[in-house]
Amino acid sequence: MGLETLFGHSYLTTRLDEAVNWGRKYSFFQYPFVTACCGMEFMSAWASTYDIARFGAEYPRFSPRQADVLFVVGTVNEKLAPVLKRVYDQMCEPKWVVAFGVCATSGGFYDNYATVQGIDKIIPVDIYIPGCPPRPEAVLDALIKLQEKVSKESVLDRKYR
Amino acid sequence: MEKPKENLFPKNWNLETLEDGRMVLNMGPSHPSMHGIVRLLLTVRGERVIDSDVEIGYLHRGFEKTCENITYNQCVPYTDRLNYVSPFINNVGYALAVEKLMGIESPARCQYIRVIMSELSRLTDHLTCIGANAMELGGFTVYFYLINAREALYRLTDSAAGGRVTPAYTRVGGLTRDLPPDFKLNAAEVLRTVRKNVADADKLLTRNRIFYDRLRGTGQISKEDAIALSFTGPALRSTGVPLDVRKATPYLVYDHFDFDIPVGSNGDNYDRYLVRMEEIKQSMLIVEQALAQLPEGPINHPDFNVSLPPKEEVYGNIEALMAHFKLTFEGVKPPKGEVYQAVEGGNGEVGFYIVSDGTGKPWRLRVRPPCFVLTAGLSKMIRGGYIADIVSTFGQVNMIGGELER
Amino acid sequence: MTTAANSYLLETLKDKFPAEVLATHAFRGDETAVIQKDSLAAVAAFLKGDLGFDFLMDLTAVDHSPREPRFELVCHFYSSKHNYRLRLKCALDSENPAAASLTPLWAGANWFEREAYDMFGIKFEGHPDLRRILMYDGFEGHPLRKDYPLKKRQPRIPHRD
Repeated sequence: MGLETLFGHSYLTTRLDEAVNWGRKYSFFQYPFVTACCGMEFMSAWASTYDIARFGAEYPRFSPRQADVLFVVGTVNEKLAPVLKRVYDQMCEPKWVVAFGVCATSGGFYDNYATVQGIDKIIPVDIYIPGCPPRPEAVLDALIKLQEKVSKESVLDRKYR
Repeated sequence: MEKPKENLFPKNWNLETLEDGRMVLNMGPSHPSMHGIVRLLLTVRGERVIDSDVEIGYLHRGFEKTCENITYNQCVPYTDRLNYVSPFINNVGYALAVEKLMGIESPARCQYIRVIMSELSRLTDHLTCIGANAMELGGFTVYFYLINAREALYRLTDSAAGGRVTPAYTRVGGLTRDLPPDFKLNAAEVLRTVRKNVADADKLLTRNRIFYDRLRGTGQISKEDAIALSFTGPALRSTGVPLDVRKATPYLVYDHFDFDIPVGSNGDNYDRYLVRMEEIKQSMLIVEQALAQLPEGPINHPDFNVSLPPKEEVYGNIEALMAHFKLTFEGVKPPKGEVYQAVEGGNGEVGFYIVSDGTGKPWRLRVRPPCFVLTAGLSKMIRGGYIADIVSTFGQVNMIGGELER
Repeated sequence: MTTAANSYLLETLKDKFPAEVLATHAFRGDETAVIQKDSLAAVAAFLKGDLGFDFLMDLTAVDHSPREPRFELVCHFYSSKHNYRLRLKCALDSENPAAASLTPLWAGANWFEREAYDMFGIKFEGHPDLRRILMYDGFEGHPLRKDYPLKKRQPRIPHRD
């Protein structure tokens, strides 16, 4: 990635990991790729009652280049798939992807000529949120799980990704 | 050494500049103000929109094709996800269409509950529309106020239907379940919250200079154009045409209630906003009247060939057991024929056109989506305006992807 | 839905076009006129101009495969003056399903007809811009035809600007 990878697997790296991950996990800048019904619950999770800001992830960036978490909220169909791929490719490392709801996870109960059976056919996914649509509590749970995942990463991990 | 000037800019811009100073600008499909996913190809001169082409289809999920392959009752969850901001209205419209096809009517209590749920859905629809619109124009607080009201409504409908956004509440000839015992009390409390939040939003928006200037005179459409484009709902009423399916051809028990149809006069975004604000108040009045008049009684059609028999009957009565089996596997079987049933949705007339061939699956299920025509008219509404006005116009069109592209 | 007092509108239509109106019925109160394909534009113009049907509420098609004629074009008109709805149907054969476009009469017919073209492959003569609307360019076939399998997927196309 950068200069820090020169340390290799050493004490310095693990210390650095802790500092970097602490910073990363409490300041997710999300890109809400909202397509469908799940957007309603995303709005709820984001607004006053559930208040995603408590987890340091309240600020959506609508430019992929400024975001680190891609929330794919809703169904992705064949027409939209190339657009999603383009958005993902435009995001800078480090980046994570959350599949929000069953349509993004597996296509849900839309199994026909138009829909993509899960966004993991197009881009890699870190966290899947079940539910059609998921309740806001599930979204917050997923965010905590993503924070846990991020806190276990090392700056060396993403070298070749 | 000084660089030659043309090298400062790459030749291959995404923005294609035409020879006479016009420029082709691509807005979307993934754009913060294009809630849902829509792509606008704009031809602009400076900040003015000269022409535009709206491209949709990014949320086409094959609703109509899927429904041709499943039984009538299995279609209900799919109708939730048409206009997911007001799911109950779709549920009710679909159930009414199938009931009309079969020539039956649901019990009185069921009809009242359907009205209550439809109006609560209309509230969530308008609250979301205004909240999101205000947020996009910079009124962030309003968004929080209105989402707070919507949250209270979600909890109320959740207590009855068991789902916040996708309740799948109706069945052919009835409902999945009755209202919980404390529903009336909770509803009064929730409506108080909604009234308070809407009043706060009203204070922040209606006479707000910035909001007013962004909406007044933008996205204007004349009465004649709106009718030619088949506009319905708030967008049509803002031009001064008092057409509302609930009044014109009353369905369910809408003729039992006293409510007004607000109309505008200018056909611009501000009138659409005012119409929506007033409809919120009227819907709350309808809910209160319906709750006061709510009769006791069964919620499902008594015929076992239409709605599932109660569990005690299924276990104790061979007829009911057979009916249960047949309904679950084959579904209700309407006679051959075709019907069109219209209901008033959040954005206008939601129509269900069903062609039956006498089997348990619809031969053809067509939805007349209100925002399909509104989005078709978007080009006309934004022509001649500023690029920034697209945001407010698009917000007031209240495009819902699930319904638009199905 | 239909007030019986206004049924004279259907009678007027029958009197005006005795040869073109093939059949009428009112199943569950929905008054319907089945007309000849070639007279669609003339009948629609009469409905709009003389009978006051100002709204074209819906325009769609039905695939009656394997029956011939295979397709049926279905229009729903509404008159706000008479508060009256009328359904107009005409049969189209499977060889060359084509009908006259209603866009000169109702601007709103534009997208409805594009959708019918996209989903069923029905051509509308005189339509200003007949191209796909819901599916993408490069999609082959018409998904709502009965002979298109529900789950038939086509190769994904790359994103184009």
